[in-house]
Amino acid sequence: MIELDKVAVNFGDRKLFSDVSLTLPQGSFHFLIGPSGAGKTTLLRLCSMEMQPTEGEVSLLGQTVSGLQQSAVAAMRQRIGVVHQDSRFIDHLTVSENVVLPASVSGQSGPNIDFQLVELLGWVGLAAQAEQYPLELSGGERQRAALARAVILSPDVILADEPTGNVDWDMSVHILDLLIELNKLGKTILCATHDLNLVRHAKSRVSAKVLRLKRGVIEVAGAAL
Amino acid sequence: MKLAKLLSRDATLNRVVPPSGFTAILTIVSSGVMAFLAIFTIAMALAAGDLASNWEAELAGTATVRITASPDTIDAQTDGVLAALAQTPGIISARRLELTEQLELLAPWFGTGLPLDQLSLPVLIDITETEEGPDRTGLEQRLAAEAPGAVYESHGRWRAPLVEAAGRLRGLGMTFLILIALVTGVTITLAASSALSANAQVVDVLRLVGAKDNWITSAFVLRFTLRAIIGAFAGMILGVITVALMPGGVETGILSGFGFQGAEWLWPLFVPFVAGLIAAAATYLTAARTLRTAL
Repeated sequence: MIELDKVAVNFGDRKLFSDVSLTLPQGSFHFLIGPSGAGKTTLLRLCSMEMQPTEGEVSLLGQTVSGLQQSAVAAMRQRIGVVHQDSRFIDHLTVSENVVLPASVSGQSGPNIDFQLVELLGWVGLAAQAEQYPLELSGGERQRAALARAVILSPDVILADEPTGNVDWDMSVHILDLLIELNKLGKTILCATHDLNLVRHAKSRVSAKVLRLKRGVIEVAGAAL
Repeated sequence: MKLAKLLSRDATLNRVVPPSGFTAILTIVSSGVMAFLAIFTIAMALAAGDLASNWEAELAGTATVRITASPDTIDAQTDGVLAALAQTPGIISARRLELTEQLELLAPWFGTGLPLDQLSLPVLIDITETEEGPDRTGLEQRLAAEAPGAVYESHGRWRAPLVEAAGRLRGLGMTFLILIALVTGVTITLAASSALSANAQVVDVLRLVGAKDNWITSAFVLRFTLRAIIGAFAGMILGVITVALMPGGVETGILSGFGFQGAEWLWPLFVPFVAGLIAAAATYLTAARTLRTAL
């Protein structure tokens, strides 16, 4: 589903990480932890095709990413839902319009999508905020709206970068519950977080593996938690 | 249902590019001004064309005899000339111009209040010739015998340079229209380029959710085309009103004939349409290039 083969990323002369190999099978749930600046966001950006590795290869959904045309990248992104730490909305569109954006840009509209939108907004608890604008939402509401947008096309993979970064514990647990629910539906989840309490909380409820990214090396860190 | 309306693909395509801002004002105002100028240029080109046609029609096969003489002999000389012309092969008709007609001819230069009766004006005889025309040398000899101060002027020799001048004026109008189109295209290119830079975050989000560059390009093209059409339509309306209010009578001199006549009033309707086409092409090229390289 997601495969990184001897991937290295350099920013100028600075080597962020090198020789990272990773395989995330379909339907798996992985946490990605590590200190700030370790490269968690960069690794997720590699998986969402927002950047290319300096060395090595990234394969998504059985396809090597390097050399793909923009239209092919766009088609792949419709199968990968992304929740960013800063949410990233189009501020002059309403919550509904933002959430339904993946369907709109891929030419999918009609009663099915309308129904799905209403269901999704209810699922993330934002039915009442459907006609509000992103800047009118709280941090937790924005993250839940971003999650709703990420899953509206029922993607195979969900990448979440610090989805609980700006919210309180109750909201963090709520967002985690939503991710676990998606995983139980067969979605592959990769969630970067620095919140170890959240990871411990999750491990009691879902079969999740924990990957630690530190000093340019990635390792399985389950036992240490 | 409001939600369903918002969810349609076209509604989103219409709305992803912010509806206001500096680039919106730039596109609307520049399209409006260019459309206003285009209306005037079209009016000028059409007037030049009409003028050329009129001159061509009016001057073909016509001539004038101008008789200058003392007041006590001028009528006798005029009668002699008219009699000579009536017997000349190649002349269809010849008639003396009335004073009121001479007044009309002089009005563009001296106005309508000219006291002709106090001026010593030459007599003008308007002649219609056959296609072949008269034997000019023979006719001039006969006229000299009847009226020593008579001058025969064939209008045909004025026709070619006048028609050529009108044709050049029309060509100049076309050049102006092309320049206006170019300036419109350049302005919209700059505005679209600025809009793409200012909305890099919007483009980023659209790509993130799986939008193809063609879709993003279409969104910008749609927005800028609508802005250009709105601006050009407003400019067209202002231009048409201004042209309609322009004085066009004979007393206006060189402005005589400036404006639209009959079906010519349909020409301005093409201006917003052409502005829309220019905006669509300029925005498409700009967005496609920018998305391919810079963003």
